[in-house]
Amino acid sequence: MKYKKKYKKKSNSILYICIFLVILYILNKTLDPYKLRILNLCGIYVVLGLSLNLINGFTGLFSLGHAGFMAIGAYTTALLTMPPAMKEMNFFMQPIVPFLANVEWSFLPALLMGGLVSAIMGFLIGAPVLKLTDDYLAIATLGFAEIIRVVFTNLQSITNGALGLKGIPATTNVWWSWGMAILTILLLKYLMKGSYGIAFKSIKDDEIAAQAMGINLFKHKIMSFTIGSFLAGIGGGLLGNLLGTIDPNMFRFPLTFNILLIVVLGGLGSIKGTTVAAVIITIMMEALRFLDESINLGFISFEGIPGMRMVVFSVLLMAVVIFRKEGLLKES
Amino acid sequence: MIMLKIDNVTVKFGGLTAVNSFKLELTKGEIVGLIGPNGAGKTTVFNVITGVYKPTEGKITFIKDKSKINITGLRPDQISKLGICRTFQNIRLFKDLTVLENVFIGNHLRIKSNIFSSILRLPNYTREEREMYEKSMYLLERVGLTKEKDEKAYSLPYGKQRRLEIARALATNPSILLLDEPAAGMNPQETKELMKFIESIKDEFDLTIFLIEHHMEVVMGICKRILVLDYGISIAEGSPREIQNNPKVVQAYLGVE
Repeated sequence: MKYKKKYKKKSNSILYICIFLVILYILNKTLDPYKLRILNLCGIYVVLGLSLNLINGFTGLFSLGHAGFMAIGAYTTALLTMPPAMKEMNFFMQPIVPFLANVEWSFLPALLMGGLVSAIMGFLIGAPVLKLTDDYLAIATLGFAEIIRVVFTNLQSITNGALGLKGIPATTNVWWSWGMAILTILLLKYLMKGSYGIAFKSIKDDEIAAQAMGINLFKHKIMSFTIGSFLAGIGGGLLGNLLGTIDPNMFRFPLTFNILLIVVLGGLGSIKGTTVAAVIITIMMEALRFLDESINLGFISFEGIPGMRMVVFSVLLMAVVIFRKEGLLKES
Repeated sequence: MIMLKIDNVTVKFGGLTAVNSFKLELTKGEIVGLIGPNGAGKTTVFNVITGVYKPTEGKITFIKDKSKINITGLRPDQISKLGICRTFQNIRLFKDLTVLENVFIGNHLRIKSNIFSSILRLPNYTREEREMYEKSMYLLERVGLTKEKDEKAYSLPYGKQRRLEIARALATNPSILLLDEPAAGMNPQETKELMKFIESIKDEFDLTIFLIEHHMEVVMGICKRILVLDYGISIAEGSPREIQNNPKVVQAYLGVE
């Protein structure tokens, strides 16, 4: 039966995952803390890249609000996992609201809660905003992310305002970050293989035809958007508990830009592409740090310009958009 | 038995009246043709039936299982769910999907399992998916595209794209099928095959077909009843023979002597 053939590869992918976990185990033992942190970031960026790719690449909704959803996830997870004593130390300007003061959840439920709160916000925002298309949607979601940031800056008794949160338990390790990354890859793989995933793709392809084929555009768009926001919240939660400190200024537009960079370079609508691009770009962000410092070539020396390394990515992005629109790694 | 009733539907775009007091009753199992010069408002009639445009005036009623449903102003996806599906004049396939996926997605509107059972591949979903897959394969076989099932839709030649669009529309289980210029761009041989094909799917899937066509051979060959539209106004209605001899129709097509 030909139908069955489609899913025969299952055992293969289990094998790949096992091999990968072994590699991860070895890396976890041998890498120094700085490199481990980059490895963790790679995993987190895989989650974030894929979540944005689901919204932008597969469903064709040009959303720029990712940093906002990440902020929601990061703050929720952080506040739920921080020990009460640490919270008291953090909130010296104004005491924390009573219902959050004494909670201390373990990481997994807190992380899921972060994703859930972010998903609920995604749903609420999506309801009015997803009626818009293209650039209007981009502007509206961008505005939403900024609103979230400003609200978080001013909710002194919940988020500790501009001071941010410090001393978040550093629970995220390679198993958490890459575990979530693998789960996200699998989730997206099975989602896109199924009927709903194909419906998302058809909406991206031709909205009028999709609607004529009986696909409820709004319902499907909001499903995609909500799942994307959920994953963004998870990514944010992982990030917060990796860095140990978060503040509203972290979640400005450049963060969304970094994720968008991963999605576009890896290829809109490509799971493999996004995964590889997330790893490469996260490593390059660190490896290219020497460009920000002053360079002495012996006969000529340049003074360091902070942010020089971003020029490399911008040039790369331009080149990809001009010469290889489908992304560097997208299969045919 | 009447399936669709269009009551004095008028569509205006600003000052332009695209369709003026259009009336039509479709009886179960018939093939009705809609002809008229370019810009007469034929596609607008299709768009207003399928919910792409809302009529400025008038009412459209769909009769299903003897219950009357007012479909005026419903969204296109609601209308196709009720059982009216269409093809497009300027082919609108999902270009990045494969041929099989194009037909497969036509089944999606009847899916009962939710998105979570689809991700987790629960038995209730896989059972449905299997049925959808088998039905899609059958439809592809019917339109003769089994070999091309894994190709991207945009890579197909024009004639095959037209047939794929019909297969996709059939996947939605329609009771009324609207075909917008199905024979456009086809050679005489393909046109003949298409005529046979339309008649055979009508019987097999228990359809009522309403089609727009410029090929007079097709219209005169398979339609029992023909409507002529000119400047948004329905100027004649009748059997092919009556239409051919109607002076108003001749005038509309050839101009006044």
